[in-house]
Amino acid sequence: MAAASPPLARLWHNALRLAFIVGVAWPVVLVWLGLTLRHRERLPVKGPAIVVANHNSHLDILTLYTLFPLSKVLNVQPAAAADYFLRHKLLAWFATRVIGIIPVVRGGASKRNDPLEGCYAALEAGRVLVLFPEGTRGEPEQMSELKSGLWYLGRRFPDIPIVPVFMHGLGRAMAKGAHIPVPFFVDVHIDRLLPWQDDKTAFKAELQARFTALQRKAAVLAEEPKGAPDAPR
Amino acid sequence: MNPFPISDVLFYALCVIFAVLVFASSTIAVLGWRFPQKDWLELRQRVRTWWWIVAVFVLAISVNRTISLLVLGFVSFLAFKEYLTLVPTRRTDHLPLLWAYLAVPIQYFWIWDGWYGMFIIFIPVYAFLFLPMRMVLIGDTQGFLRAASTLHWGLMTTVFSLSHMAYLLVLPTDVTGSMKGDGALLVLFLVVLTQFNDVAQYLWGKSLGRAKIIPKVSPNKTVAGMLGGALTTTLLGLMLGPVLTPMSMAHSAMAGLLIGVTGFIGDVVMSAVKRDLGVKDSGDLLPGHGGILDRLDSLTYTAPLFFHFLRYLYY
Repeated sequence: MAAASPPLARLWHNALRLAFIVGVAWPVVLVWLGLTLRHRERLPVKGPAIVVANHNSHLDILTLYTLFPLSKVLNVQPAAAADYFLRHKLLAWFATRVIGIIPVVRGGASKRNDPLEGCYAALEAGRVLVLFPEGTRGEPEQMSELKSGLWYLGRRFPDIPIVPVFMHGLGRAMAKGAHIPVPFFVDVHIDRLLPWQDDKTAFKAELQARFTALQRKAAVLAEEPKGAPDAPR
Repeated sequence: MNPFPISDVLFYALCVIFAVLVFASSTIAVLGWRFPQKDWLELRQRVRTWWWIVAVFVLAISVNRTISLLVLGFVSFLAFKEYLTLVPTRRTDHLPLLWAYLAVPIQYFWIWDGWYGMFIIFIPVYAFLFLPMRMVLIGDTQGFLRAASTLHWGLMTTVFSLSHMAYLLVLPTDVTGSMKGDGALLVLFLVVLTQFNDVAQYLWGKSLGRAKIIPKVSPNKTVAGMLGGALTTTLLGLMLGPVLTPMSMAHSAMAGLLIGVTGFIGDVVMSAVKRDLGVKDSGDLLPGHGGILDRLDSLTYTAPLFFHFLRYLYY
C-alpha cells in the first residue's frame, strides 16, 4: 500500500499517477472520446466519500479520474479485483502504483479475513473511494447484479456520503475484449447522495433503482424526440 | 494598421466579426440588466459559444496551412464522432469503425499535400470499397447493409463534404492576378454566408409566411423564410464576393444564391436524420447550440457545392 511506503517512493508513485492521468486519462477520455457531464457539483471532491459507478470497461476508472481536479485526484482510489489486477508482478505494480487501486479479494470473506480491510483504511485516511458494485465489467451497456460490499462499508461508516455515478457509452467504446477504444461521446450523470440504510436488501434495491433511473435518463436523452429539430442558434 | 502577419482584407474582415460579437454580447448584457426577470441563460450561452467558435475559426484560417488542416481535420473528427454516437452501430464493427476514423487524417493529408485527384476520390471510392470488405472479414451479416451504409453516409457528410472547406485553403492563390484568391478569404466567404443564411432563414421565417415548406421534417420552416433568407444571402454574397474572392459581381450573387438555397437543404437533411434517430440536438458539445452537427449541417451541402462552383469558374 502506498501509505506504508517510504516518503521518497510515495512521491515517485504520486508523480507517476499524475503523469498517467494527465498523459493518458485526459487525452483518451477528453479528446479521443469526449465527455458530457451532468451535475458536476454533486461530485464529492473531498474525502472521505464513496463514489459508486456502473462498470462496463477499463475506461471507467480513467473517466472517473478526469472528473476530479488535478489537486484532488491523488486522493481518489478505486477498489478493484485482486485476482484480476494482481495476476502478475508487472500488472500488480502498474495497478497499485500507477492506477492506484485498492485490491479486494473477490469472494474472500471469512471470519479472520475481511476483504474490505483496504477500503476501510482508505476511508479512514480521508480518501474518495470508487466502487464498482457490479463487481465485473459484464455485458457492455448492461447492468449486472449488485454486490453487497458497499452495504458493509456503509455499516462501518454510516456518515460518509455515497454518490452514485452512471456512465453511458463506455461499453460501446471499449467492451471487454477490445483493446483500442472507438471514439464515441460519453455521458456521465452524477446522482444525489444515497443514504445508507440498515436493511441490506432495501439498500441494494434503492441503489439498483438509482442506476436504473439514470440509465433510463441517459437512454431518453439519446433517443426520445423532444420537439422540432429546428430553431437555428 | 494591421499588426498581424495576415492579409489586410482578412484583418479587416476579422475586425468586423469581432465587432459583431462585441455588439451581441453587449446587447445581451443590456437586455439582462433591463429585464432581469427573464431567463437569458440560453442566449448568453449561445453567444459565449459563438466567441469560442470564432476563436477556433480564426485559428483555423490565419496561421498556416498545417495548423489550418489540423484544426479543420479535428472538426471533422468531432462531427464524425458525434454522428457515430447518434446512429446505431454493431458491436462486431469495432475494428471497421476504427478504420473509418483513420479516413479523417488521411483525407486531410491529401489536402495538405494538395493532391486534388486523391482528395476527390479517396472517400467515395477507396473508403467506400475498403470498409465493407473489412466488415465482411469479420463475417457478421446481420444488419450488414444498414451498418455499411450508415458508416459511409457519415464519412461522406462529416469528412468528405466538410473537407471541401479545407481544400479552399490550398487552391492556388492569385488566379486572377488581383491577389484576391487567398484561401482563407474563400473559407471566410463560405462560412460567413452559410452561418448568416441560417440566421436569415430563421428571422424571415419568424416574421412572415404561413405556408410550410417541408412540414413533415421541420414544422417551423416556411416558404417565405426560405425565400427571404436565400435572397438576403444572395445580397450579402453580392457585397462580399468581389472583396473576398476572385469572383465577378454576377458570379458572387450566384454563389450567394447557391449557398442560400443549399444551406437550407443541408439544414433540413440533417433535421430529417435527427428526426429519424429521434433526437432534437445532435449532441452537447456547443452549449446553447446543441451539437457540432447542428452548427455544421448547412455546411455539409454548401462547402462542396460552393467549392465546385468556384473551381469550375476560376481554377
